[in-house]
Amino acid sequence: MEIEKNAVAGTLESSDAQVTVEPADILELSIESIVANQYVKQIKATIQETLARLGVERGRVTVIDKGALDCTLKARVECAVFRSCGRSQAGIPWGGMIDD
Amino acid sequence: MIERKRPAKNRLRRTMMFMNAQKPGLIKDAYIYGSDSIILDLEDAVAENQKDAARFSLYHALRNIDYGDTEVLVRINGLDTPHWQEDVRVCVAGGADGIRIAKCESADNVHQVEEAVLKAEREFGVEEGRTLLMAALESPLGIMNAYEICRASDRMLGCAISGGDFRKSMHVQIQRDGIEMNTARSMMLLAARAAGVQCFDTMYPNIDDMEGFKAEVIMDHKMGFDGKSIVNPKQIAFVHETFAPTEKEIAYAEKLVRSCQAQADAGIGVYTVDGKMVDIPFFEDAKRIIALAKACGVYHGDL
Repeated sequence: MEIEKNAVAGTLESSDAQVTVEPADILELSIESIVANQYVKQIKATIQETLARLGVERGRVTVIDKGALDCTLKARVECAVFRSCGRSQAGIPWGGMIDD
Repeated sequence: MIERKRPAKNRLRRTMMFMNAQKPGLIKDAYIYGSDSIILDLEDAVAENQKDAARFSLYHALRNIDYGDTEVLVRINGLDTPHWQEDVRVCVAGGADGIRIAKCESADNVHQVEEAVLKAEREFGVEEGRTLLMAALESPLGIMNAYEICRASDRMLGCAISGGDFRKSMHVQIQRDGIEMNTARSMMLLAARAAGVQCFDTMYPNIDDMEGFKAEVIMDHKMGFDGKSIVNPKQIAFVHETFAPTEKEIAYAEKLVRSCQAQADAGIGVYTVDGKMVDIPFFEDAKRIIALAKACGVYHGDL
């Protein structure tokens, strides 16, 4: 998928993460987390895997993590990317591109 | 990835706890409180501009969080919104045990959802007929049509009245004695029992008024409800306690079951136990009480 316009998903509440995606020529990932010391590698891996599954090859992805579980991180990244393409409301490929 | 077993239409549902499907902090540990069912909400708890985000969050929660024996239902958006069809797709794809149809007013509403569910089961390779349905009755019309709604599909596990919307449509406020919804509760119970499905009362909205809450739970139990919607974990224990059969009831039910077998073998229909006249319907009810006691974990006998 192509990041077509700026989009945000998620909140700054505890156990959540806020993901912002913006169009860019290369893939840039920036992560800020309250549990960065222990988990930054895992958070990064989850986000990269999710972006790869969505076929996102370029764009600026900013994650502000408030201690979200992996499943929440995935959900927020996916929602932000689908929103950036205006495709978040219906016909989501559950179990396909959106999977564990 | 979590594979949930095929949901049972008839099971213990004393408490159904509502959770906002859009709040990861809530849904990640929803099962630890021990309510019989949880209802992950895509409807009123989720703001209009977050309906899409709630579905992504719901899908991964359903696929990754092990809710164990807690039943996982999802409340979908009303059929008059642009959201409900995608709601159905995500529920089925994620493997939810069942769907709560908001603002249900007719058998036709149930048929519409049933059709979408079947289509989704086929799309996602889910066993056909696996996904259960229940109806939330939120208007006078829903109550008037309760019987046809409860009978509209084999998937129907039961119905529940939703007090907030219902009271508004009747121009009444919540009352201490429940008089404002007495007729509706009663009609819905009759309809559900006639259709052979379960029946649940609305949630009690004043979380800090435990006295009022308890009075309502006792009333619900006396009226014959199977359970109640709840909105806070601190409401669970009292409902479970109230809906479990008492030791006295269990002892009497045991006596009935044992004696009835003996009387039937001897060719006797109606007889007395502890000075009270009993016959076959008593026997059926006694068996139900034993089964309920077992399900509530308070039966220690050998029947």
